[in-house]
Amino acid sequence: MLKQIFYGAASLAALIAAGATGSAAQAGTPADTLVIADKIDDLITLDPAQSFEFSGAEYNLNVYDKLLAFDPKNLGPLVPGLAASWSLADDGVTYTFKMRKGIRFHSGNPVTAKDAAFSLRRAIKLKKTPSFILTQFGFTPENVDKMIRATDDETLVMVTDRPYAPSFVYNCLTATIGSIVDSKLVMEHEKDGDLGNLWLKTHDAGTGAYKLRIWKPNELYALDAAGDYFRGKVAMKHVFVRHIDESSSQRLLLEKGDVDIARKLTPDDIAAIASNKDLKVENDLKGRIMYFSLNQKNKILANPKVRLAMKYLVDYEGMTKSFLRGQYVVHQAFEPLTYLGELKDNPYHLDVAKAKSLLKEAGYPDGFSVKIHVRNAQDRLEIAQSLQNTFGQAGIKAELVVGTGKQTLTVYRARKHDIYMGAWGPDYPDPNTNADTFASNPDNRDEAKLTGKLAWRNAWDIPELTKQTKAAVIERDTAKRAQMYVDIQRKVQKDGPFAIMFQKIIQSAMRKNVNGFVTGGAISNAHYWTVTK
Amino acid sequence: MNAHATKQGGGGAGLLSLLARIRPALNFITALAVTFLGLLAITFFIGRVIPIDPVISVVGERAPREVYEAARKAMGLDKPLIEQFLIYLWQVLHGDLGYSLLTSHPVLEDIKRVVPATFELATVATILGVLTGVPAGVIAAVKAGRWPDHIIRVLGLIGYSVPVFWLGLMGLLLFYGKLGWVSGPGRLDIFYDGVVPQVTGMILIDSLLAGDWGIFKNAVSHIILPAAMLGYYSLAYISRMTRSFMIEQLGQEYITTARVKGMSERRVIWKHALGNVMVPLITVIALSYAALLEGSVLTETVFAWPGLGFYITTALMSADMSAVLGGTIVVGMVFVGLNLFSDFLYRFFDPRAKL
Repeated sequence: MLKQIFYGAASLAALIAAGATGSAAQAGTPADTLVIADKIDDLITLDPAQSFEFSGAEYNLNVYDKLLAFDPKNLGPLVPGLAASWSLADDGVTYTFKMRKGIRFHSGNPVTAKDAAFSLRRAIKLKKTPSFILTQFGFTPENVDKMIRATDDETLVMVTDRPYAPSFVYNCLTATIGSIVDSKLVMEHEKDGDLGNLWLKTHDAGTGAYKLRIWKPNELYALDAAGDYFRGKVAMKHVFVRHIDESSSQRLLLEKGDVDIARKLTPDDIAAIASNKDLKVENDLKGRIMYFSLNQKNKILANPKVRLAMKYLVDYEGMTKSFLRGQYVVHQAFEPLTYLGELKDNPYHLDVAKAKSLLKEAGYPDGFSVKIHVRNAQDRLEIAQSLQNTFGQAGIKAELVVGTGKQTLTVYRARKHDIYMGAWGPDYPDPNTNADTFASNPDNRDEAKLTGKLAWRNAWDIPELTKQTKAAVIERDTAKRAQMYVDIQRKVQKDGPFAIMFQKIIQSAMRKNVNGFVTGGAISNAHYWTVTK
Repeated sequence: MNAHATKQGGGGAGLLSLLARIRPALNFITALAVTFLGLLAITFFIGRVIPIDPVISVVGERAPREVYEAARKAMGLDKPLIEQFLIYLWQVLHGDLGYSLLTSHPVLEDIKRVVPATFELATVATILGVLTGVPAGVIAAVKAGRWPDHIIRVLGLIGYSVPVFWLGLMGLLLFYGKLGWVSGPGRLDIFYDGVVPQVTGMILIDSLLAGDWGIFKNAVSHIILPAAMLGYYSLAYISRMTRSFMIEQLGQEYITTARVKGMSERRVIWKHALGNVMVPLITVIALSYAALLEGSVLTETVFAWPGLGFYITTALMSADMSAVLGGTIVVGMVFVGLNLFSDFLYRFFDPRAKL
C-alpha cells in the first residue's frame, strides 16, 4: 500500500513534470482580443435595475444601451442612443422619445418603445437601490404604468410629476438604471413576480456592443462582440476582464504581454513601468471628490472664521506633488470637473499665518483639540496625517480616529464626529447628485435622519441654499442652470463646513499598441468597442 | 398464532444483531450530525454578531431607508436570530445552501466552482511536499547533526518563516517575469477558459479526460508555481516531523537487531523504520493537506487563484453568511473526510488498530 501511494503520487508528479516542459506562457494576446486586468470583486449583480457598483456600471455600459448616451470621443453633449430623437412638450412635463429603427437585442428580438417603457417601469417597480435616480421625477410603482408608456412601437412618452430641468432628466436617463432590457426575454425568466431580477443578475438581455459569454464572480467576465453595432465599428471581437487583486501581479502580466491593460496599479508600480518602452500610461479624471467636513454641532467648528481657517491649513499642492502624485488633482468645489456647472477656482492654499490670524479673530489664538475620523485606507490615512501636521502648525491638536469603512460611516451618519475625512462619488451624471448632498438640508433635526445628505450629516442648517438647489433642478435653460450651480458652489466653498481638496485621477497602464481606450471621465465609464490594437 | 410469535421473536433477535452491527455506524452518524450542527451554529452566530451589516453589503450605504428595510426583510434579518438559524438549517437539510449576496449565484454553484480549484492546488502542493519532505526528513534523521541535516533544517526554517505573500511575488517575478519558465497568475491562459467541458472542475484532470494535451500543459504551467510555493510550506512541516519520528524509530532495539542480522542499511531505514513512522506521518500529512485547503488565501490572492479560501474570506468581510456557511460545511466535510481516511490508513499500516 505504502509503495502504491508513493508510486501513484510519483507518477502524477512525473505527468505534471512532463506537462511543465516547454509550456512557458505565450507572450501577447490575439489581435482581435482585449484582455484587461482589474479589480472586479465589487461586481455583485449584472441587472442594470440593481447595479450600483463601479464594475457594474462599466459592464452595463458595454452590454446595454440607454435611450441617450455620451459620445466616448467627446463627453460633452448627449447623443442618440436607442432613441433617435427626443423632445419636451411646452407643458414642461411630457417627454417624447422616438426609437431608433432596426435595432435588435442580443436574443434577436427587435427593440421597441415597449421594451423601453418596460425597462424603466421595471426599474421603478423593483425598488432596488439606484431606483431613486428615476423616482425623483415623481414615478412610483403605482403610477408608473400611466406615466411612462409606449404609444406605439416607436414612441415612448414619459410624463414627470412637475417640470424639471430637461438636462437633469436626460442626464439621469444615461445612468446604468436607464439601460433598456429585452422585455420578452426577461419576462420569460420571471420567477415569483421578480420581473426577471434573479435571472438577469447573472445573464444578459441587452443591445450593447458586447454580449456576455461568462461571468465568474471574483474571477473574470468574458464578452463577445454582438455583431454590427449601431454606434460604430467594434474592433475587439472578444474582451476578457480578469480580477487580479494584487497590483504587482497586474504589472507582471502587463509587462509580459498577457494582458493589454492593467487598471489598478499602485503609484509605485506606475512609476516602475514609466521607462518601459512597450507600455504607456493614460490618465483620466474621475468623479470622486476627497474632502473633510466639520460637524456644525461642535461649537468651535461652527464658527465661520474657524471654518475658513481650516481651509487654509491644508497642504493641497504638497500632497498632490508627493504621495498623491498622479492619483488626485487639487479641486476645491463639490461638482467634479467636467460636470455641468463645474467650478475651476481653487482659492485656497496652505497659509498658516492667515489661518492663525483667523483663529485669533475667532477667539482661539492657541488652537483647540479635535478628532478626525478616517477609514483605514492608505491614501486617506496619508491625507489625514498631513492634515494633522498642518493643523498642528496653527496649534490645532488633531487626533486621528481610524476605523473600518463601516465603523467610520456609522459615526458620521449618527453626526457624532468632529471632523470626517473621506470621499464622495456622484451617483449619476448630473450636477444635482452632488448639489443635493452638499448644499441641501431640508430638515436639520436629528430625527429627520437625512443620512444621504452630507449637509445633514454635518448639521449644516441652510434653508436658503436648499431653496437654490431645488430651483436649479427645475431651471429649463441649461446655461442658466449651469450658472446656478457655479453660484451654489461658490457659497459652499466660501462659507461651508466642507473643505474640498482633490478630485480623483485614474491611471490605466497599457501596451503601446492599444488605442482608443476611453475610460469615460467623471461622467461615464470605460468603453471597449472604441479600442483598437 | 404461536408460529407467528416465534417468527416475530426470531425477527427481534435479527434486528438486535443488526442493530449491534450497525451501532458503530449509527454512533458515527450521530457524532457527525452533532459536529456539523455545532459548526454551523457557531459560524452562524459569530457571523451575526460581527459588526458588519449584510444589508449594506447588498444595497450600498446610500440606499434610501425603504429600500434598506425591504432588503432586510427579504433577507429574513427581521426575524429572531434563532428562527433565522432554524430556517437556514431546514434549507440546508433540503440541499439548499441559498444564494450568495456577493455573487448572485447559488452558493452550491459557487462552491462547485471554487472547491475544485483549491482541491487541485492543495493536492499538487501536498504531493510535491510529501515527495520532497519525507525523503528530506529521513535523510536529516539518518545524518542527524551533520551538514545534510543542517541544510534541510535551514531550508525548513525559511519555509516556515518567509511570508508566503512575498515568496509568491518573488517566485512570479523570477520564474514568470524574468525566466519565462512558467505562466502567470490564474488557472489557465484566459483564452483556454471554458474550452474543455467541466467534469471534475479540476482542469488537470478535465483536460486529460478530454484528451487535450495543450490545455493540460498550460494548466500545469499555471499551477506549478503556486503549488510549489504551498508545497514548500508542507515540505518544511513534513520534513521536520518525519525527522523526529525517524530519530525515535532509529534508536529502537528492532533496528539494531535488523542491522546485527546483516540487513542492508537502505532496507533498515526505508522499509523498517519508515514503515513504522507511516502511521503518525499520515496524520501529519492529512492535517497539512487540510490546512492548505482552507488556509491558502494569500497564495490565492497573489496568483489570482479563485479558490475556497478567497471565497470564504471575501464573503466573511461582507457578512455574506450563506456563502460563509456553505464554505464552512465544505471545510468541515474535508476535515471529517480526512480523519476517516487517515483512520482507514491507520488500520492498513498498523495491525494493532485492527484489534
